[in-house]
Amino acid sequence: MRAEPTAVLKTLGDPTRRALFERLSREGELTVCALTAPSGVSQPAVSKHLNCLKQAGLVRDRRHGRETYYRAMPEGLTPLFDWLKCFATFWQGRFDRLDDLLQRMDP
Amino acid sequence: MTDAANDTLCVVIEREMPFPPQKIWRALTQPHLIEEWLMKNDFDPVVGHRFNLRADWGAVDCRVLAVEANKTLSYSWDAYGLASVVTWTLTPTDTGTRLRMEQTGFRPDQQQAYQGAQGGWPRFLAALDKVVARRD
Repeated sequence: MRAEPTAVLKTLGDPTRRALFERLSREGELTVCALTAPSGVSQPAVSKHLNCLKQAGLVRDRRHGRETYYRAMPEGLTPLFDWLKCFATFWQGRFDRLDDLLQRMDP
Repeated sequence: MTDAANDTLCVVIEREMPFPPQKIWRALTQPHLIEEWLMKNDFDPVVGHRFNLRADWGAVDCRVLAVEANKTLSYSWDAYGLASVVTWTLTPTDTGTRLRMEQTGFRPDQQQAYQGAQGGWPRFLAALDKVVARRD
């Protein structure tokens, strides 16, 4: 179990953060204002959530004039995928052992 | 369509095996046989039964969720502070059995702060690819 997905799981475990990440994944680069409008959450709260996503490597920001633009970083999900691959590898090994056992068992 | 197994993050392993379902079922449900291919355990194929799978690196806390002899077996699988469900499905084929293992619903476990978020998980996870390892 090499990869450590907990930070990504915890970050995306919050529904508001997850919605922000999903929207950025879908729509590309957006400002805090654009993200705040339909979210039903205050702008400072959105900024705070975006900062969490940034800390977890799931979004990146860029300042342009007075605006800060955010975009999703799908590669931030890599620990999650690596971790799942570990599970797949684990189970493949267990399937091999199960196969061996079945060949040795009475009919 | 609301197929819980399809809208959550999951690991799927599927393999054709040249053995009848009854024989594979024994290997999946008898503790001394489970130990040979999986881990030491105190398994009992009774819904609600709590058991541990034990290895050098630690233990997995499990609870039996569903048992249908020779067809399907499901148990919770909680380890490393993450909760998931393991489901085995046995389908008879002309040459033996197609055995499918699906581990689903990985999510942070025992963390109050995230309890409220669980309902939303499937929606997000639907967007992620499954990790499917298939070897026939």
